[in-house]
Amino acid sequence: MDITFKDVNYIYQANSPFAHKALEKLSFHIPSGTFVAVVGHTGSGKSTLIQHLNGLLTPTSGEVQIGDYYITSEKKPENLKELRSKVGVVFQYPEHQLFDETVEKDISFGPRNFGVAEDEINARIKEIIPAVGLDEKLLERSPFDLSGGQMRRVAIAGVLAIKPEILVLDEPTAGLDPRGQREIMDMFYALHKEQNLTTFLVTHSMEDAVRYADHVIIMNKGTKYMEGTPEEVFTQKEALNQVQLDVPEIIQFLNAFESRFGISLAFKRQSVRDLATQIKEAFEGVKSDE
Amino acid sequence: MREKFIEFRNVSFRYGEEQPWVLENVSFEIYKDEWVAIIGHNGSGKSTIAKLMNGLLYPQQGEIIINGIQVTAETVWDVRKQVGMVFQNPDNQFVGTTVQDDVAFGMENRGVPREEMVRRIEEVLKAVRMEDYLLTEPHRLSGGQKQRIAIASVLAIKPQVLILDEATAMLDPRGRKEIMQTVSEIQERNEISLITITHDLQEVVQAERVIVMNKGHVWDEATPREVFAKKDELREIGLDVPFVAILADELKRNNMRLSNEPLNHEELLEELWTLHSKM
Repeated sequence: MDITFKDVNYIYQANSPFAHKALEKLSFHIPSGTFVAVVGHTGSGKSTLIQHLNGLLTPTSGEVQIGDYYITSEKKPENLKELRSKVGVVFQYPEHQLFDETVEKDISFGPRNFGVAEDEINARIKEIIPAVGLDEKLLERSPFDLSGGQMRRVAIAGVLAIKPEILVLDEPTAGLDPRGQREIMDMFYALHKEQNLTTFLVTHSMEDAVRYADHVIIMNKGTKYMEGTPEEVFTQKEALNQVQLDVPEIIQFLNAFESRFGISLAFKRQSVRDLATQIKEAFEGVKSDE
Repeated sequence: MREKFIEFRNVSFRYGEEQPWVLENVSFEIYKDEWVAIIGHNGSGKSTIAKLMNGLLYPQQGEIIINGIQVTAETVWDVRKQVGMVFQNPDNQFVGTTVQDDVAFGMENRGVPREEMVRRIEEVLKAVRMEDYLLTEPHRLSGGQKQRIAIASVLAIKPQVLILDEATAMLDPRGRKEIMQTVSEIQERNEISLITITHDLQEVVQAERVIVMNKGHVWDEATPREVFAKKDELREIGLDVPFVAILADELKRNNMRLSNEPLNHEELLEELWTLHSKM
């Protein structure tokens, strides 16, 4: 599903002394199947933005279009529940939302709520459990007896069980160890590709944005500060530093390399292995020119 | 010789008789004024070590000695005066309704006289660069600011060792940077030991020494440079390796001979410079 924001404003507690503008004239268009990274500091409007994607918030003014669903200040779509069955949101620390007696019941809650038939739910669980890296033996256990990493995976499985077309991830790996972070992000990326999802990843990690995203939106103080491919956005060091964001480490290194050796190596989202080869070739090239 | 401050002697711990050992025969020493990072995958026993250090838990086997005192139910209050701890979630650590009340709380519990309290509040808030927030309510602070107040509250009771148990994990990059700058300043100025339990590689690189935990055992104990030289083994036990170390490895694979194991961009560029001038 394509996602379009047109001049979206959102004001918390509008018409009160506590009114606070969280989004200002936000416009963008995301074609179906894109992996989007939304980056910005705490308070930049990232979380407000993603709550518009399934109608948890409706714009104070402007229009949000998700596939064929329109959300404006005047109208929430009557079929909001239908929209929500297509937009899966993994909130921050989703394991805090686990509530049921067993892992199986917890995962089934979402699809059952959306009226999915029991045997279809069971089939989905069979498919999802290995995908999120859990063991079927855990299905009968209480989710509260599991480790933090396992609880996170159960909560994610609950969102995937509704088979969303749009996946919204709000810092899904915060607090996990490096291996857990990599496993979960790789899992989301594989799903994104296999099921042709449209994915919104809210992250502080420039490294994840570089690794997974096709498109990057940088938020600052409720407005869209920059937008483009990772190559376009992350090479703009000055502009990013102005909003206290760092460029990814590989670009920091390329910049330092250029000022030391006067050799400019382009950032093409290359792997570290390819970068090493480039450095070697650059050194040899310079020598053979002399 | 540096003076020992914390000593684990053959410590084993589990949460119940039927449960597996979380720590098994763990021994190490941490010295006065030293900065040690403890790393390891989730469930490796890192946080259990922190909780054993100030008597939130007691080991079933072995001894833990803090500044010459064995940690037991009888000595725990003396130990806690010396061991300050800051945890992961900034929202779980506030008790006061204003910043100054919060910092005062720990001192009130220890019967610090009022004039002394006022003086220390000023001192510790200055140390964490939050002196302008004396009367601010906690919910108006950012996560990084809250953690700095948590550190100030701990410093106010003048501990000999400060333990940060994933204290930056929930913060954004700017918040992390603020905290690490604050603690490294404090560590230099106050001559206290610092123990950071973390996944953040930038924090690990700053430490003098690293203890690597794996499945309840001490897997390695060395300088960051020595630890990060074991890249493949680290990955096997679920840990990350800094970008610079990976790049250095790939360069070596391309027959570019680096003589040292670089830890940051400057060191790697220096190595490359030497190599370049010889080519």
